[in-house]
Amino acid sequence: MEAEIILHVDGSRRALTIDTRTTLLDALRDRLGVYSPKKGCDHGQCGACTVLLNGRRVNSCLVFAVAQDGAEVVTAAGLAEGGNLHPVQQAFLDQDAFQCGYCTPGQVCSAVGMLAEADAAQPSYVTEGFRPEDSPAAADLDDEEIRERMSGNLCRCGAYVNIVAAVRQAAAGGSGA
Amino acid sequence: MKPFDYRRAVAPESAIADVAGNPEAAYLAGGTNLVDHMKLGIAEPRLLVDITSLPLDEVAETQDGGVSIGANVRNSDLAAHPLIRSRYPVLSQALLSGASGQLRNLATTGGNLLQRTRCVYFQDVTTPCNKRAPGSGCSALEGYSRYHAILGASDDCIAVHPSDIAVALAALDATVVVQGPSGERSMALTDLHRLPDSRPDLDTVLEHGDLITAVRLPGLPWAERSAYRKVRDRASYAFALVSVAGAVELEDDGGAPGEVPVIRQVRIALGGVAHKPWRATLAEETLRGVQATHENFRAAADAELERAAPVGDNAFKVPMVRNTMISVLHELTREYS
Repeated sequence: MEAEIILHVDGSRRALTIDTRTTLLDALRDRLGVYSPKKGCDHGQCGACTVLLNGRRVNSCLVFAVAQDGAEVVTAAGLAEGGNLHPVQQAFLDQDAFQCGYCTPGQVCSAVGMLAEADAAQPSYVTEGFRPEDSPAAADLDDEEIRERMSGNLCRCGAYVNIVAAVRQAAAGGSGA
Repeated sequence: MKPFDYRRAVAPESAIADVAGNPEAAYLAGGTNLVDHMKLGIAEPRLLVDITSLPLDEVAETQDGGVSIGANVRNSDLAAHPLIRSRYPVLSQALLSGASGQLRNLATTGGNLLQRTRCVYFQDVTTPCNKRAPGSGCSALEGYSRYHAILGASDDCIAVHPSDIAVALAALDATVVVQGPSGERSMALTDLHRLPDSRPDLDTVLEHGDLITAVRLPGLPWAERSAYRKVRDRASYAFALVSVAGAVELEDDGGAPGEVPVIRQVRIALGGVAHKPWRATLAEETLRGVQATHENFRAAADAELERAAPVGDNAFKVPMVRNTMISVLHELTREYS
């Protein structure tokens, strides 16, 4: 069965006709040539396909594109503005936060979404206290919070130490500790 | 994956009619479980009715001092909601212990309750499984049973229910509001899920076409003292080996200074141990009206676990549940016991 949908991908309006079985990930990669989100496990277990869907980080492999008609999608390739890397991207470079790089676009999108969640006072499983003000803002996330909040992104190279450092740098809005 | 039609629901009534009238139709909400199952060939709906546009996304106080949660409220939004965090911390913790940030942004309250077991044989269509293919046998009984049930299992199925949220909701005496072809009804959360018996293919008592529209929490002021503890193979982003949801109210006269206080009310539910979230009523009975001591906590855990029947690989769950339950009870009575 086919459906016509419109997606706003990294600022561009894209109209396409898709089979209803097409995931958002496959629509982006195979139909629109947007290759930054990666297919790792294709079952929501690795996070390599993470994109920002209407501003929130999600696994694009578990979303049917047909259900996202009109949605705004931002991939890692759409984060830079005016030729300048997004601070999270710059932090991944500064901190050498990858080896093979396959998980990196998902890690970057996840970090961008996660920092926004923290600034919206969303707690994590390791947050102490139950008042909104008990939730650390992005700039106040310690390494335990960063690890917990980034746990949906696996890195088979094991670059986690530098990924945490990169997220810490981006969260602090500076050169990192 | 089999081809399917897609329809965006505009009202609950028409969505219910669409699904109830087509045995091969299914509701689509967050999709984090269903889409995966369609890829795996476990689910093969020919019509998906997308309910995410239905106005079921409110978290609101009810007149009895409780909270009503719309079925479409995302797990991440519910976990962060000030009413949930301040009044029912056990539920917020359970939500945040589940899945990942990305998945919690998609997954909904109703969908979470209806997620299916993570039993590896259920998920592998090449193996026998009574839950997926009734009558084909249970591969876990003499297979890899490390993650499986120690309470309430049957000769046909030893799968466990994977939800964290349902465990917290069971402890909180939540009710589930269901709309079906013949109208609305509500049931205790603990009555929603079934034990496997001879019909492990049925996870819940819902009929085809029934739609969960809301979950209601009763007013329970003492649930401010509640907690969810999850034990798993890695520190985050893993299903529970076992989990414990608990809430405790102590007698407020407190007895003489220095004396250990008495438990007035207590709620305990267990995850990772059964085909449904397991309300630990025997442990609760043991604890009501007794002092909050380690010995009494242990006696309560032993009372609940007397019926435990591990199948081999999962015998470790019995002491793990006992110790986790004792630990949660200490945490909830820490300044006293």
